[in-house]
Amino acid sequence: MAVVVILVLLALGSVLFHVLSPWWWTPIASNWNYIDNTIIITFWITGFAFVAVVLFMAYCVLRFRHRPGATADYEPENRRLESWLATGTTLGVAAMLTPGLFVWHQFITVPEGATEVEVVGQQWLWSFRLSGADGKLGTTEARDVTPENTLGLNRNDAAGLDDLIIEGGELHLPVGKPVKILLRSVDVLHDFYVPEFRAKMDMVPGMVTYFWLTPTRTGTFEILCAELCGTGHPQMRGTVVVDTEEDYRTWLSEQQTFSQLSASASSGASKATAVAAATAQ
Amino acid sequence: MVDVRSGIGEALPPPEVEDVELYHPHSWWTRYVFSQDAKVIAIQYGTTATAIGMVALALSWLIRLQLGFPGTFELIDADAYYQFITMHGMIMVIYLLTALFLGGFGNYLIPLMVGARDMVFPYANMLSYWIYLLAVLVLVASFFAPGGPTGAGWTLYPPQAVLSGTPGGKDWGIILMLSSLIIFIIGFTMGGLNYVVTVLQGRARGMTLMRMPLTVWGIFTATVMALLAFPALFVACVMMLFDRLLGTSFFMPAIIEMGEQLQYGGGSPILFQHLFWFFGHPEVYIVALPAFGIVSDLISTHARKNIFGYRMMVWAIVIIGGLSFIVWAHHMYVSGMNPYFGFFFATTTLIIAVPTAIKVYNWVLTLWRGNIHLTLPMLFALAFIVTFVNGGLTGLFLGNVVVDVPLSDTMFVVAHFHMVMGVAPIMVIFGAIYHWYPKITGRMLNEVLGHIHFWVTFIGAYAIFFPMHYVGLVGVPRRYYELGETTFVPESVHDLNAFITVAALIVGAAQIVFLFNLAWSLRHGREAGGNPWRATTLEWQTPETPPPHGNWGKELPVVYRWAYDYSVPGAPEDFIPQNHPTPGRLSHEGAS
Amino acid sequence: MTIATVFLAAVAAVIVWWLAHQQLLSKPWLEVGHAYDRRREPMPPAKIGLAVFLAVVGSLFSLAISAYFMRMASSDWGQLPLPGLLWINTGILALGSVALHAAKLESQRRHDEATRTILLAALATGLAFLTGQVLAWRALTAAGYFLAGNPANSFFYMLTGMHGLHIVGGLFALGRLTARAWSVPLDRRMRLSIELCAIYWHFMLLVWLVLFGLFSGWAGNVVDFCRQLLT
Ligand code: HEM
Ligand SMILES: [Cu+2]
Ligand SMILES: [Cu+2]
Repeated sequence: MAVVVILVLLALGSVLFHVLSPWWWTPIASNWNYIDNTIIITFWITGFAFVAVVLFMAYCVLRFRHRPGATADYEPENRRLESWLATGTTLGVAAMLTPGLFVWHQFITVPEGATEVEVVGQQWLWSFRLSGADGKLGTTEARDVTPENTLGLNRNDAAGLDDLIIEGGELHLPVGKPVKILLRSVDVLHDFYVPEFRAKMDMVPGMVTYFWLTPTRTGTFEILCAELCGTGHPQMRGTVVVDTEEDYRTWLSEQQTFSQLSASASSGASKATAVAAATAQ
Repeated sequence: MVDVRSGIGEALPPPEVEDVELYHPHSWWTRYVFSQDAKVIAIQYGTTATAIGMVALALSWLIRLQLGFPGTFELIDADAYYQFITMHGMIMVIYLLTALFLGGFGNYLIPLMVGARDMVFPYANMLSYWIYLLAVLVLVASFFAPGGPTGAGWTLYPPQAVLSGTPGGKDWGIILMLSSLIIFIIGFTMGGLNYVVTVLQGRARGMTLMRMPLTVWGIFTATVMALLAFPALFVACVMMLFDRLLGTSFFMPAIIEMGEQLQYGGGSPILFQHLFWFFGHPEVYIVALPAFGIVSDLISTHARKNIFGYRMMVWAIVIIGGLSFIVWAHHMYVSGMNPYFGFFFATTTLIIAVPTAIKVYNWVLTLWRGNIHLTLPMLFALAFIVTFVNGGLTGLFLGNVVVDVPLSDTMFVVAHFHMVMGVAPIMVIFGAIYHWYPKITGRMLNEVLGHIHFWVTFIGAYAIFFPMHYVGLVGVPRRYYELGETTFVPESVHDLNAFITVAALIVGAAQIVFLFNLAWSLRHGREAGGNPWRATTLEWQTPETPPPHGNWGKELPVVYRWAYDYSVPGAPEDFIPQNHPTPGRLSHEGAS
Repeated sequence: MTIATVFLAAVAAVIVWWLAHQQLLSKPWLEVGHAYDRRREPMPPAKIGLAVFLAVVGSLFSLAISAYFMRMASSDWGQLPLPGLLWINTGILALGSVALHAAKLESQRRHDEATRTILLAALATGLAFLTGQVLAWRALTAAGYFLAGNPANSFFYMLTGMHGLHIVGGLFALGRLTARAWSVPLDRRMRLSIELCAIYWHFMLLVWLVLFGLFSGWAGNVVDFCRQLLT
């Protein structure tokens, strides 16, 4: 009997917990509210299935538990019932998968004209690179990484000379404009994860991965690393700030280009070495 | 080709199976230590797996203490924390669950349930255990090696797994881990060949495949899958050892580690992930299918009713086994692989949900109009259904590629896989131990202790892992030594974490009750008799309990019916053993 | 992972074919009474065991080959020149396979003496093959093709090494068998063992031919060709 009570409490308690839970996702700051919607559909369907199965079980235990003299039915199978259940399940699954695949299609189709921004991970800090006046990011090569050139830009590529480089600082993005985030790592796997954006993607040394989003509200958000990358993994934090267009312009104008950084690096104590030294500790 | 005639008075066809040439132990050593008897090997596997499992349990305590009360325990620094989660995960999945289900239950139950005297290759079977023990010892050795065990996470992703930013990466830890896995796989293959060939060739007369209990089906299918999937892990481990020890670049791209150029170049970390998950996903079902099989038999026996939809259950096991080889990349949706793979793998993954759901329906429909005895095995079976359904449903979130994007690598994933492949199979293991302990030892386990163990474990485990989903939903990443200051995590999450930790400590402690019960009942348990649950399957029909070497005395059993003749209308008792010749019901009667 | 998936699909086809003969559609609850498979001669368990083991080995090599193709896509790949010695080794291995086949036939014809001699010869070819492989390795290292020099080299050494270890294992079994064959008259079990050794050798020869094709680049061409057919 205790079992019946506990099973019922467990099913209803789980629903109640879900409804009353103060623990829910953070308010969204990107266009990926489609993802949130798909999750909510999934919660409805799966929640229904869970409650139904557990309550049915509880009922069976209550109704058919052993009593002296009772015997069980003999029923090897019931094809009709089984096919109904299979069909119902298939429909439920399709109801979750279909919107999921549509949204996935959007997720991997970068709109024309999205600005490219590069995020580079290394143990254990974030760096960023934006294209300069030419609107293009220069090529990079892990082999080119030096203390003065921690992102490994190709010095012979003119497109890279005017790239804006932000090491260990904040990334700013303009609100309402689609951005394609290019992800790169110079050492191990990392994962660029901003809870408010909902999107995340691994950064893999030796290749460039990406995702895209449109920030939908201004604010300051935290970047976390979501792929175990060594002892410092939980400390690998950064900040992304979504700005209005004017604020963004102002911020952009304060950033230094690759050639400016190289010039100041060769002229003495450089920020790059300082960062590299800090990393080495 | 199967020819069925009704019962009595007819000459039996000659045995098709040659009797296994039985190995006869001559001394205490060959009887109990270097034994080739599958039952002894099963117990050896079982005790070793339980022992190392206790280590993993203790590690989960330490992990939870850190997560629940960060900064309180100086003993646990970040390095130690990552070493703990890695060893905890790897031990639980490979050295406990795989070894216990296949090496433990497989060895004990397959020969008995199919009516064989022993496994077909007893010598290889014995070697299998000793090699497994060696693998465990190598694994344990890494705790004492300079630098400690590896802290790369149980997925051992390169390049970090073999670099100095990860504990054990440039020391012994990762080398010992990879070696131990390689040894484990070699040992497992020897055992696995036995389980498969025994089912194929060692069945008693009359034991057609469709008369086999689902336990055997589950273990058999899981073994076939393991034999085919473990080579992927083997190749991955060998290649990573080459990278680590011999400087090759299979998985290692050009890397600048702490400002220094390493010698590596050109390798692909994603390649490792493909190999790992090509093994890793089937591994989930290698653990789940034996549990599916066993729980079907527990439910049927203790509800005194045939398993509902036996044929569907068999087909579902086989289909799930096959499909599980083409879903591996659902673990890699955000790994940076070709994003178009997402469509394919999300679809295959969600298709698997259908046969899995059918299994669940059939379990609960077996309860319908049953005669449910709320014994401990039945209670654990019910707990299995609850936790498995819960974990299976959250699998629909993570399998649906785009939903996985925000959730992957958060505590939601940790909650999901613990529910579905941690708690649920462990519930079955407990149920199975309460069920078969009387056969193994001749005595029943203590009921009072058993109930305490059940209630604390079931409710406690649910209390650990159900709220954990919401920690993940908030956005807390997994494998975080400490969350520190964040903007998006409300203060109350810390209280929730503390609550989960307390629950974990209690659940862990309840396992001591269980171990005590195992030891105590060995001497003081109630005498069980040969068939205390009045079950139909062959292992309960042995002439002696516990079954001696050779299992069946002079004559092998002959099977006349399927494994689920419970409550057959018109039969004098509510069960008819499989080797019982009188038809309870003639073959041309009965419902279709 | 295409190669591995294709291999497993082949295994799955065998399993499905076998299951199709197992009355999976029957309703076991209606079938009370004697039931027996009317197979004429049941396969010896050891033979089935070997077949399953070869499926495992096949899975191992097909996965390694999948990895080979995936790694090959990277720009640092540089095919290594194959020493001519490998042709001779291939011949020797094939000879061993032929010898074991002959041993099997002779043993079935109850020609014990001939069987013994041929077993020795097979053992010798096995050892010669391994020696040849080691010599090929040494020739390559002498020419500057080191293990870690290039991924193609790494795969070459690793795959030949894995294959070699399987041959070592086979030689171990074959050695024990030969020793026994020389000391006692051949019985049914030994004839079975000889047959199993022969199967194992044929399989390892097949694996070697695939690997050899892979290293010499033909396999790549075949794959390219198939790709062109598809597109
Ligand atoms: C009382 C029982 C258990 C508790 C309290 C527990 C708790 C935990 C915790 C807190 C983590 C680390 C989460 C993180 O920070 O990422 C973890 C990881 C893990 N656990 Fe458990 N666990 C338990 C039993 C099991 C069982 C039975 C399994 C078997 C499947 C298992 C498999 C794993 C795996 C595979 C990981 C991942 C390790 C990694 O991230 O590399 N655990 N567990
Ligand atoms: Cu990280
Ligand atoms: Cu999976």
